[in-house]
Amino acid sequence: MIAHRKTSIVRWQVALALVVVSALAVTTGVALGSSKSSKDTTVTALIGSSGPAETYAVKNAARAFTRVTGIQLNVIVASDLGQQLAQGFASGNPADIFYLGNDQVATYAKAGDLAPLDNLKNVKSFYPSLKAAYTYKGHLYAAPKDFSTLQLIINTASWKAAGLTAKNYPTTWAQLASVAKKLTRNGQVGLCTNPEFHRLGVFMIQAGGWLVSKDGKTATVNSKANIAAFNFVKSMLNAGSMKLTNQLGAGWGGEGFGKKECAMTIEGNWISGAMTADYPTVPWIAVQLPKGPAGAGTLQYDGGWGLAAASKNKAAAMQAISYLTATKVEMGNAKAFGVMPSVKADRKIWSQTFPKFSAFLAGADYSKAIPTVPDIATVLGDFNQQLQALPTTSPATILNRVNGELQAVLNKQ
Amino acid sequence: MATRVWKRFREPGIRGHEAGAGWLFLLPVIVILGLFLVLPIAMAAWVSFSDWNGNGSPLGAHAHWVGLANYRDLLTTPGLDQNNFGEALRNNFYYVLLVVPIQTAVSLFLAVLVNKRLKFVGFFRTAFYFPSVTSSVAITILFLFLFSPSGAINKLLSYLGATGPSWIYDPRGLFHVILGQFGVNQSGGHLANGVFLGVTYWDWLAGPSIAMCVFIIMAVFTTSGTFMLLFLAGLQGIDESVNEAAALDGASEWKKFRHITVPMIRPTIFTVVTLGVIGTWQVFDQIYVGTKGSPLNTTLTPAYLSFDTSFNNNNWGAGAAIAFILFAIIVFLTLLTRLATRSPDRVPRRRRFALTGAIGDEKVSRIGVGS
Repeated sequence: MIAHRKTSIVRWQVALALVVVSALAVTTGVALGSSKSSKDTTVTALIGSSGPAETYAVKNAARAFTRVTGIQLNVIVASDLGQQLAQGFASGNPADIFYLGNDQVATYAKAGDLAPLDNLKNVKSFYPSLKAAYTYKGHLYAAPKDFSTLQLIINTASWKAAGLTAKNYPTTWAQLASVAKKLTRNGQVGLCTNPEFHRLGVFMIQAGGWLVSKDGKTATVNSKANIAAFNFVKSMLNAGSMKLTNQLGAGWGGEGFGKKECAMTIEGNWISGAMTADYPTVPWIAVQLPKGPAGAGTLQYDGGWGLAAASKNKAAAMQAISYLTATKVEMGNAKAFGVMPSVKADRKIWSQTFPKFSAFLAGADYSKAIPTVPDIATVLGDFNQQLQALPTTSPATILNRVNGELQAVLNKQ
Repeated sequence: MATRVWKRFREPGIRGHEAGAGWLFLLPVIVILGLFLVLPIAMAAWVSFSDWNGNGSPLGAHAHWVGLANYRDLLTTPGLDQNNFGEALRNNFYYVLLVVPIQTAVSLFLAVLVNKRLKFVGFFRTAFYFPSVTSSVAITILFLFLFSPSGAINKLLSYLGATGPSWIYDPRGLFHVILGQFGVNQSGGHLANGVFLGVTYWDWLAGPSIAMCVFIIMAVFTTSGTFMLLFLAGLQGIDESVNEAAALDGASEWKKFRHITVPMIRPTIFTVVTLGVIGTWQVFDQIYVGTKGSPLNTTLTPAYLSFDTSFNNNNWGAGAAIAFILFAIIVFLTLLTRLATRSPDRVPRRRRFALTGAIGDEKVSRIGVGS
């Protein structure tokens, strides 16, 4: 009797296990293999917005696009753009178009997530340096929508109080060190900036150094020029005329500058929004960064629109990208939330409308963007971590470490 | 033979149908658990052995078997992946080492306090439990403000004449700072040159960074309330007569606590320590909201590194591999905890009290053996 029951139970168990396994298989198959067979021309745009002003402007542009073309353009604001993009790519059903920073473009392009935009209607209207920042293995993988460059931001009240005039805006490293010293008074330090490559990297370019060699195959992080650049930074740190924001307890240069903890900082044009919103009483001006031993140099950050390889409405999505990067829309964005348009045609109107920002626009001619190398963001992440110890570590130690990491990434290409 | 089997199938025993019905009732749970637990784990395991790059399904054409390559990158191949992983393990190890004992002791202490018949005991029970029901994101942001270099904590310290560190921006290891007070700083030699998982021996001995200490304080603050509740339930399960008997025998408060309370809530201690170990090795949201691994990677934890490697760096294989190594660590430590807090269930026969059977109270006999 007991044996009898056992066999029966075993048989039931086997049968049920089979049912469960096949149920799982079916549901998984459905979940993984599902594909929307919709023919409607709706384009989804995923954006990482800087705030309500930007969201409003982009949504307005999307509505205008729908009026013109009849194509529905839905704008979704991501709370964590990278994570939501990754989820979209993995599901095989990503947003059709999305914001894409140039430090991620190579990683996604290598993985086959992006569709090339070489045939975009207005592809010739962008600055060449911006297109280069989005080119990976000969193809353009995002349409530049705006860009920023880093320049020197000066608190004009502190400047005057230290007895300095417009003639004293520094044009060499020696002058920068000297004005920083003069501005270090009354509990305020001369210069403060984030301890990261994304700010301090400007000195590398000014010294004639860079992350990679011209052919992009060799890491040159620990070159003599770069060591000289960080030795210069360190000399100012040691002199007490410069502090890193983590020493001040500020989240970024704009915060330290706005709280009057430093008289100068190195930031991009986005600082204007923060100054207006959070620190309206601090008078400031943006001037070009000083030239180093190898001339002028600064870093450039690009925003662009990427197109998903898995998009089902590529033609409509390309139309949307062309519209969103057209001269008129970009000027509208510039007025709404202060970005610099990526199209050359806007240069003149822009500098007339925003004379205060001419220094940032001047950077378009000599700025460098982060190389389009897959996984470079990981290495730069560690570079930033290591730079937090700059006051107590020798530059060569940090640069050697990062050089090895970058070379390993380059070898994997 | 075949007919016999068939006959058996056709004529089940008295409860044969019930077994089938039982499985049928279980089916929804099995499907749900299978779909949302077993299957994702199996897929993650596959990803950790593949070169999947996040494009399309990991079971699709874009993923290929790469064997142990992802695990090798983390464990044996020198490089950035290994450095980050080593540092994350180091940070989390010290986090666990400090949080688990402190939160267990604090929550037990609180439970003993609120177990007494005091005035306003209900108020205190609520107050101690309150941090546990508050969102960890909200508390993290609160702590970031409190421990900002110009925040309330440093203000308080300045009134006492002390200068606080810059807390969440301070990457110095606690042990390094203490050693520095005695003039011991990094020199050459074995500690500086020996490297394990990309981190020098000297840096393994760094202890939690000052920044990590903020998270340690926060973890103790937020979790003690929950565990206090568990201990409280355990304490209230102790028969008052046992304590009275001990009091009659002249046992002091401390002796009663040491020899009655602690042995009798041993299962609760096991639960609290185990939950503590699991929770602390999985610390993620505080890091994600607070520091994202800064400063100098000293608040990087394996759980956050796994997320960052996968989602931000598109390196899904390595991210999944980190998750599985973390899983192995947690299972191993849970078994270790079980071993350490195992109650002496099997009392050797010769040491058993004769009275055990008569009273029928196992607990009393065990205490008798323990004391």
